[in-house]
Amino acid sequence: MITTLTWSDSWYLAPEIVLAAFTIALAVLDLALPRRVGRDVIGWGALVGLVLAGVFVCWHIHDLNVWKDAGKDAFRNVLGGSWRVDNFGNLLKLAFLGATALIVLASLGTVRDREVPIKGEFYYLILPAVIGAMAMSSSGDMLTMYVGMELLSITTYVLVAVRKKSGQSAEAAFKYVVTGGTASAFVLYGMSFLYGVTGTTHLASIGQALPGALADYRAMIYVAFFLMIVGFALKLALAPFHAWAPDVYQGAPTPVTAFLAVVAKGAAMAMVYRIFLNTAQFATGDDSQVRDDLFLALGVLAAAAMIVGIAGALKQQNAKRLLALSGVANAGILLVPLSLDLTNLHSSLFSEFVYYLAAYVLMNIGALAVLTLVSRSSGHEQLSAFAGLYHRAPWTAAAMTALLCSLAGLPITAGFYGKLYILFATVQTGEYWLAAILLGTTVVSYYVYFSFIRQMYMRGGENEPSVRMTIPTGVVIWVCAAGSVALGIFPKPVLDWVDGLFSLTTDFLAR
Amino acid sequence: MLEDIPVLSLIVWLPLLGAVVTLLMPKQNARLLRWTAIVFSVVPLVLGLLLFASYEPILGGGAYAEHGTWLSVPLNAEAWSASQGVTSYRLVFNYLLGIDGISLPLVLLTGIVSTMSALATVHIHKRWKTFYPLFLLLQTGMYGVFLARDVVLFFIFFELTLLPMFFLIGIWGYFGKEKAANRFLLYNGLGSAVMLLGFLILIATLGFSATQTAGGVELVYSGSYDTMLANLADPNAAANAGGAMFLSGNLRWAAFILLLIAFGIKLPFFPFHTWMLKVHTEAPPSVVMIHSGILLKMGVYGLIRFVALLFPGQIDSWAPVLATLGVINILYGAILACAQKEFKLVLAYSSISHMGIVLLGIASLNETGFEGAIYQAVSHGLISALLFLIVGSLYERTGTTRLDELGGLARSLPFTSGILLTAGLASLGLPGLSGFIGEFLSFLGLFDTWKWLTAIGVLGVLFAAVYVLRGVLAMIHGPMQEKWIGLKEARFIEALPMVALTALIVLLGVYPSLLTDLMQHGFDGLLKELQTRVGG
Repeated sequence: MITTLTWSDSWYLAPEIVLAAFTIALAVLDLALPRRVGRDVIGWGALVGLVLAGVFVCWHIHDLNVWKDAGKDAFRNVLGGSWRVDNFGNLLKLAFLGATALIVLASLGTVRDREVPIKGEFYYLILPAVIGAMAMSSSGDMLTMYVGMELLSITTYVLVAVRKKSGQSAEAAFKYVVTGGTASAFVLYGMSFLYGVTGTTHLASIGQALPGALADYRAMIYVAFFLMIVGFALKLALAPFHAWAPDVYQGAPTPVTAFLAVVAKGAAMAMVYRIFLNTAQFATGDDSQVRDDLFLALGVLAAAAMIVGIAGALKQQNAKRLLALSGVANAGILLVPLSLDLTNLHSSLFSEFVYYLAAYVLMNIGALAVLTLVSRSSGHEQLSAFAGLYHRAPWTAAAMTALLCSLAGLPITAGFYGKLYILFATVQTGEYWLAAILLGTTVVSYYVYFSFIRQMYMRGGENEPSVRMTIPTGVVIWVCAAGSVALGIFPKPVLDWVDGLFSLTTDFLAR
Repeated sequence: MLEDIPVLSLIVWLPLLGAVVTLLMPKQNARLLRWTAIVFSVVPLVLGLLLFASYEPILGGGAYAEHGTWLSVPLNAEAWSASQGVTSYRLVFNYLLGIDGISLPLVLLTGIVSTMSALATVHIHKRWKTFYPLFLLLQTGMYGVFLARDVVLFFIFFELTLLPMFFLIGIWGYFGKEKAANRFLLYNGLGSAVMLLGFLILIATLGFSATQTAGGVELVYSGSYDTMLANLADPNAAANAGGAMFLSGNLRWAAFILLLIAFGIKLPFFPFHTWMLKVHTEAPPSVVMIHSGILLKMGVYGLIRFVALLFPGQIDSWAPVLATLGVINILYGAILACAQKEFKLVLAYSSISHMGIVLLGIASLNETGFEGAIYQAVSHGLISALLFLIVGSLYERTGTTRLDELGGLARSLPFTSGILLTAGLASLGLPGLSGFIGEFLSFLGLFDTWKWLTAIGVLGVLFAAVYVLRGVLAMIHGPMQEKWIGLKEARFIEALPMVALTALIVLLGVYPSLLTDLMQHGFDGLLKELQTRVGG
C-alpha cells in the first residue's frame, strides 16, 4: 500500500517542523543582522525553538493519553510506520530537547568570539542535529532512522570543527568525520543484509519475516546484526570502538562535547533499542539461539565499555578526556538494560534506560558546564584547573560535588538510583556477572571522580584566578545539581510517569 | 511517652539538622560552631538514654518502630500474563526504623563516642565550617545504619558515612592524608559494592511477596528486613519454593559470602585490614575516635544482623571458618602490635586483634557468644575512643606519638598518663574493666563449641598485656626528655570526655548486666533456628 504525506500528518511532525522553521529563520537572521549586534540573540531564539518543540511533544503525549483512555491504540504511524509517534519516542524527544536547551543555555555567555568566530552558526546548527536525534527515536523504518542519523552526524561534524582557528578542533573534526563515516557505513551495510533476507526496511515487517528467513539465511542474519552492532558501537563510543572519543571530545568546544556525549549518544541508543527490540527480542520465536547470541554480544560490549572506560579514566589528567572516558563507561551502563533477556521476568527495561539517561543528561551537562567555567578562569582543561575551587567558589564546588556523587553513583543521587535500578534488573534476571562488573567498575569510578574532589577540596588554590560565573551557566549548573539530587530522593514521580506512558506491547511490538 | 514521638527518626535526623545549622553560621567563629556540634551530638545521646531507660527486653522494640513507604516503583507488569490476575507489580523501598537488643547498645555507643569526639574537636584548627557539617552528617549515617530495617535504607546510610569520612580524613589528616583517604574510599567502596550485590540477591528472592487482594494479586519486591525474616521462616514463601524467586542453596552461599566479605572489610578481618591502619595513623584523632569507636562496629553489627541472622544454615557450617579467621586476627594483630614503634599503630593492630575476639563470639553460635561479641564491640568502642582521645591530646602537646621519642610523661602530665594507663589496662582485659567482660563472654561462648581454637585465641590476651604495657609504659615511664618538661596538663574540655569514658569503662566492667539484660531476647529467633538444625 502506498501512502502519501498529507497536510493532516504535519501535526505528527510538528516538533520537527518547528525546529526546522527556527533553523531557517535563525540562519536568515544571522545573515541579515549587522556584525555589531551580538549573536546571543540567535542563541535565545534557538532556545525558544527548543522549548516550543518541547511543548508540541507534550501535546502529543497528551493526545496519546486521550486515545489510550478512549481504548484506541496509543501510537500513530505516519507513512506506513516510517514515522511513528509513540511514547518511547516522545519521552526520548523530551530528554533530547531538554538536554539541548540546557546546553544552549550554558553556552550563552560562555561561548566567546575568540573561540568560535561564527557564533550564530553554532546555535542554528544545533537545531537540525536535534531533528536528526528525534528522527532516530521516532521511526519504525530503518531508512528514516538512517537519514536521521546522518542529519545528526553531518551537523555535528561541522559543530566539532566550529573553532576554526584551533588545530585541535580541526584534528578532532577530521577524526570524527572518518569514524562517523565508518560507523554509518557499517550500520548501513548491516541494514542492507537485513533488507536482503527479509525484503523490507520496515522494522515490524522485518520482525515478522525474520523467523521464516532464519532457516535459510542464518549466517546472513548474524552478519547483519553484528555489522550493525559494530556500527552502533562506534557511534556510541563503546569499547573497543571508543578510541576516537577522547580526542574528539577534547578538541570540540565544550558545549558541543556535551551535545555529543548526551544527545548524540542517547539518539544512537534509541535507534539500537528500536531496531533490536523490534527485530530480535521478540521475533526470533522458538529458535532463540540467534537472539541469545545477540543479547550476549550486547552484554559483553556493555561490560567491555564499563571496564575500558573507567580503566582509561583512571590515570587521565585532562578533565575533558576524563569525562569523555566516563561517557564510554556510562554508555555501557545504558546498554545493560537492553542486553537483559526480556523473556525472563524483568523489572522494566525501558524505565531503567530512560531514568539513567535522564540522570546522565543532568550529571554530564552539569559537570561540563562547571568545567567550562573553571577552564576559562585557569586557561587550561587539566584536572589541576579545579585546584582549590572550594576556596575560590564554594557554591560551585558544592554543586560539582553533587554532580560527581551522581556520576560515581553515591546515594542519594539520580546516578545512585539509576544504577540501583539497573542492578536490580540484572540480579533479577540472574545475570550476576554483569552486575558484578557494573559494581566493580563503580568502585573504581569512585577513585576517578574523587580526583576532582581531591583537587577541589584538598589542593592549594590560593594563587589560582577567581571564577567568574555568568547567570545562564549558573542556572544550568544549579538545575543539573539540584535535579541530580532531587531525582535521587524522589525517583518515584518520574518512574510512575514513565510507567504510565510507556508500554512494551504498544511501543515495541511495532504494528 | 517515647512511643508517641518518632524518637528513632529524631535520633537519626537531628545531627543532619545540626549540619544545616552549622552551615548557616559565620565561618570564623570556631567556638560557636563547636558548641553547636556538641549540642546536636548530645541530644540524640539523651534520646538514646531515654530509650535505654524505658526499653523492655521482653517486649522488644516494636513500640518504637517506624514504618513508611519511601519509594514504590512500578515494574513492568506486562511481564505477567493477564490470566495470573496480577494487579500490581512493584519494587518497594521502605523507610523502616527499628530497635532491638542488638542495635540499642550500639546506638548508645554511637551517642557517647560522637559526643566525646565532638568535645575532642578542639584539636581541629582549620576550616571549621566545613568540618562540623561533615562531622554531623557522619553521625546521621551511623545512627541510620544501626536503626534501619530495610536493606536499601541500610545501604544508603552505610554509604552516607563514606563521603564525610573521605573528607574528614583527606582534609584534616596528617602527612599521608590523601593516600589514607583514597585507600579508605576504595576498600570501603569495594565493601559496599559487594554488600549491594548481596542485598540485591536478597531483595530479588527473600524480599518477594505476593498478596492476594480483592482485585487480584499484588506482587512486591521489598527491601524490608522483617519481610525477609518472615519469608525465610515460611516454607511456602517464593524464596523457598522454587521458581524465579527461588533462593537456591548456591545463591544462599553466594549472598552469604558476599555479605561476609562486605562486613569483613569493615570489621576488618585479616587480608582486608590495610586500609584501617592508614586511617588510624593519618586521620585526625577526633575522627579516629569515631572510626575506631563506631565505624568498625558497623561491621560487627552487619555480621550479626545480616550474616548470622539471615543465614543460619550457612553460618552453622562456616562457624569453624569464622572462628579460625577470628584466631588469625587475634594473633596477627597482637603479634604485630608488639613490634610497632608508633603508638597509633599499636592501637590499630590491637583493634584488629580485638575485632578477632568479636568474630570468635559470633562463631560460637550461642547466646553467650553473641552477647560477648556485642559487649566486646561496645567495650572496644569506648576504650579505643578513650585511647585516641589521649593520643590527640598528647600529639597536640608533643607533636609526636612515636614510642622512642616519648617517655616519662607521667611526671609532666600525671592526669593524662593515669587515664592512659587505665585505658591500657582496660584494653588488655583487666578484670573489673569493660574489656574483660567482652573477652570473657566471647571466649566462654566459643569454648562450648571449639575448645582448641579458644585455647589458641586466648594466647592473644597474653600478647595484649605485652603490647599494651610496652606501649603505655614507654610513654609514661622511663627517663623524661628535656623538651617535655613544660607540658601543660589536659584542659577541662579534654579532661571531661576522658573522665566520662573512663567512668563508663569501669561501670561496664563491674556491672555487665546493664547491657547483657538488654540483649537477652535479641537472638531468640536465630538460636531456635540453630537448635532445630543441630537437632536440639
